[in-house]
Amino acid sequence: MAGFIPHTAGEVDEMLAFLGLSTIGDLFDAIPESIRLANGDLRLPPGVSEPDVLQSIEDFAGKNIPVSSDLVCFAGGGAYDHDISSATKALASRSEFVTAYTPYQPEVAQGVLQALFEYQTLVSRLSGLPISNASLYDGASALVEAINLCVAQTKNPVIWMSQGVNPSFRTVADTFAGGTGHEIVTIPLANGFTDWGSAGPQEPGVIVVGFPNYLGVVEDIPALISFARQRHATVVIVYDPVSVALLRSPGALGADVAVAEGQAFGVGLNFGGPYVGLFSTKSEYVRMLPGRLVGETVDRTGQKGYVTTLRTREQDIRREKASSNVCTNQTLIAITAAIQLSWLGKKGIRELAQRCYSGTEYLKGLLLGSGSRLTLTSDAPTVREFAVRTPIPPETVVERMINEGFLAGIPLSSGFERSNIHGSLLVSVTEKRTVREIERYADAIQRVVK
Amino acid sequence: MAQKSQPGGRAGSIPLMDGHQAEPTIFELSVPGRSGASFRTTGVPPSSPSGTIPSALLRDIDLDMPEVSERDLVAHFTRLTHRQFSVDLGAYPLGSCTMKYNPKFADVAATMQGLTNIHPCQPESTIQGWLELMTTLEHYFSEITGMAGATLQPAAGAQGELTGLLIMKAYHKDQGRQRKNVIIPDSAHGTNPASVTLSGYTPITVKSGPDGLVDLAALKDLLDEDTAGIMLTNPNTLGLFEREILEISSAVHAVGGLLYYDGANLNAVMGIVRPGDMGFDIVHSNLHKTFATPHGGGGPGSGPVAVSSRLLDFLPGPKPATVGENPDGSKRYGFVQPKKSIGRIHSFHGNSMVLVRALAYMMYYGGLGLTEVSQIAVLNANWLRKRISASYPCTHDEICMHEFVASAAMLKKETGIRGLDVAKKLLEFGFHAPTVYFPLVVEEALMFEPTETESLQTLEAIADALDEIAELAQSEEGRNAIHEAPTKTPVTRLDEARAARTLISTFDTSIESARGDLT
Repeated sequence: MAGFIPHTAGEVDEMLAFLGLSTIGDLFDAIPESIRLANGDLRLPPGVSEPDVLQSIEDFAGKNIPVSSDLVCFAGGGAYDHDISSATKALASRSEFVTAYTPYQPEVAQGVLQALFEYQTLVSRLSGLPISNASLYDGASALVEAINLCVAQTKNPVIWMSQGVNPSFRTVADTFAGGTGHEIVTIPLANGFTDWGSAGPQEPGVIVVGFPNYLGVVEDIPALISFARQRHATVVIVYDPVSVALLRSPGALGADVAVAEGQAFGVGLNFGGPYVGLFSTKSEYVRMLPGRLVGETVDRTGQKGYVTTLRTREQDIRREKASSNVCTNQTLIAITAAIQLSWLGKKGIRELAQRCYSGTEYLKGLLLGSGSRLTLTSDAPTVREFAVRTPIPPETVVERMINEGFLAGIPLSSGFERSNIHGSLLVSVTEKRTVREIERYADAIQRVVK
Repeated sequence: MAQKSQPGGRAGSIPLMDGHQAEPTIFELSVPGRSGASFRTTGVPPSSPSGTIPSALLRDIDLDMPEVSERDLVAHFTRLTHRQFSVDLGAYPLGSCTMKYNPKFADVAATMQGLTNIHPCQPESTIQGWLELMTTLEHYFSEITGMAGATLQPAAGAQGELTGLLIMKAYHKDQGRQRKNVIIPDSAHGTNPASVTLSGYTPITVKSGPDGLVDLAALKDLLDEDTAGIMLTNPNTLGLFEREILEISSAVHAVGGLLYYDGANLNAVMGIVRPGDMGFDIVHSNLHKTFATPHGGGGPGSGPVAVSSRLLDFLPGPKPATVGENPDGSKRYGFVQPKKSIGRIHSFHGNSMVLVRALAYMMYYGGLGLTEVSQIAVLNANWLRKRISASYPCTHDEICMHEFVASAAMLKKETGIRGLDVAKKLLEFGFHAPTVYFPLVVEEALMFEPTETESLQTLEAIADALDEIAELAQSEEGRNAIHEAPTKTPVTRLDEARAARTLISTFDTSIESARGDLT
């Protein structure tokens, strides 16, 4: 038989005989004749060998221009070009992690369960909130689940969404609000900060803010929290889990739910996925927590062990009453993040954030030097990225910078209509960028905007 | 909390050495001041955030991350892998999960730099390969399912379901119809009703008939002007093909409803029958099941959704597509927004690296190979079903598709041994357990799905083990052994009630639930 089917022709015959059937087609008699396909009816290219498949995939890969020393990455926006430790790569590709299923039999799944327990702990330490689930699909899905959780708590489906939240996340939230009927009101930015005062009279049940926001700006969260408290609104903070090594955690600042995209920890750019959605909340909300949760317990001998717990929250038991339909999550990516975070450690994560900050400040300084044709969109403090206004359309800047060997950043257009940010370029600097790359970038961008 | 650190070099938690010692957490292996991280030399002058960021927003205590050497880190996580079962280790006949072998060439495909080192926001001119790859996968997937086009954005089956339902909703709205209900069989996956609720529709349950299939008459009674559609898995979760599918689809279409195909069980019918030809309008597939992408201990999955031509305009966007020709005559690819798109589903373009693996698998097999995959998956399930039927009969004793639901009800009645006990004892024989207690319509359900990649010899060994368990159940000594099982695993049966009563979900906190309402 073909490929990964071990059966010999003799075995197939033997098995059919055991079943009292004469041909393999007899297995499918329940299917109405009129819609049964004949062999070969699927109009697909014929199967090919392993080397042929790999050649084809390599051909696709060859038509991309990857980020490398020939295309140095200054793009961020939720997907960052960080170094990944060799230990993380080696451990995250262990096939016991890669080829396991969801831990339905905990006695033979302690590896995945304990790794997730450690991941949950690490995420709670990042977010400053005590309950973290075992991951969600990505930053956007974590935001959607956060909104659904908060609306279930407050019973007020009006959401104030800062325009400073990642525009992709915002459009995903809009899509899913089409199902739940939640009303999402976008609150515009002014000088980089969310202008909460410009919101209409409708009282929000949920307020969503980025910290730092999509433009890298460190928003005034304490002011927002007191504003929200007066209105009995819950606050969701979409944070950057690297910047939080320098900044106070969402939990310490008073967030009810904190969500993040966790790609920065050991996950490659990978054309946007699979990444991992970090989700944390207060203890009071645990019964509404979306996704899986791992808890510690003991076995019959008193030995410590781990299980998925509070399962009655989940869709397979609660069915139509469930507040989330999530079952599969991003376990392998969550484990990857836990490994990279453990490798970074206490000193390393601070140094990582510090280096991102320093590189970003250095580039900012260079771009605003005398004779520069670039300006910042605001003078607000930033951590690891910033938006810069260019005299020509940012899309053109990006195209021209490719020839100079740079992925210059992300043009800000969709999601920033009617705002002064529209038409600027989002630039990010990670710990990977050398002083020479940053200086060459600064020179090149002045050249291409002339 | 001053606590003595544990030795990172002790391997007592792995079965090779002792196996019964707990593996310390990474936090217990931590020693203050230790670090494994190293950073590249950049020459960037350091600057202090306190120069620009208000102090009220700056952290005053460092994040408490583990402090371990790389050596201890590697030892810890490697030991965890020794406490974990996986497809690469042995058979995983977990029903409804399609735990087939994951070919290694897909791993190689998914680590090519020309695919991995691509930022999701790169301009289209630099991602022509990715766009072509995704467009190609969309074509394969549409052809296999008999649909007109697809979105690859959904990150998992459940997200695919919700995506499909939002498409259904947008379509009805566009047609100017007010629809309220989505019909779901009582044997459906739990995600189905949950997804329906999140889409803003109300799930209505249709009962299965005595044959385990949708009761057509009961369905017709439920269909009316309020029906948005029906969600079906075909074959259903009992592993049975809905014989009256054409009557079902005509009846649903007659009231203006749409049919949604939950593709969790697609491994049964590739190249044999297509959901589109059955009359379905929307199909999701779990690529980590049917198309052999590894499941990663619970994800990442991928749940593309394919639709019939009348729904193409509603697909999520931006969507990869052919947008023109290059000067050399080759196709030019770009992102397009379908005219009435429901919007974006994923932060970026979906679980891209999972999509590559699935395409590699489809290319490897081609149409005839995929047909053979389904044929042998169904053959394996039927062989095992019949072989164990004396001790573990199916409620519906007939030819099944790629999986079957046996029952331990008879065993329980005679010996007190439950389905869960059988599952736990099977672990001691070196096999992963079947899915237990699902679907809900079968008492003491044991749901087996051997998949096509397990050999006849493996099936025989699983059947022998199940026979032996049934035999053991006949004596008190044997029953005691079953109740104790598993004993050779790194931990024995775990106290799940305790985990819910006192919630310890991180190393740092425990939450008592005195009211017990967490459980």
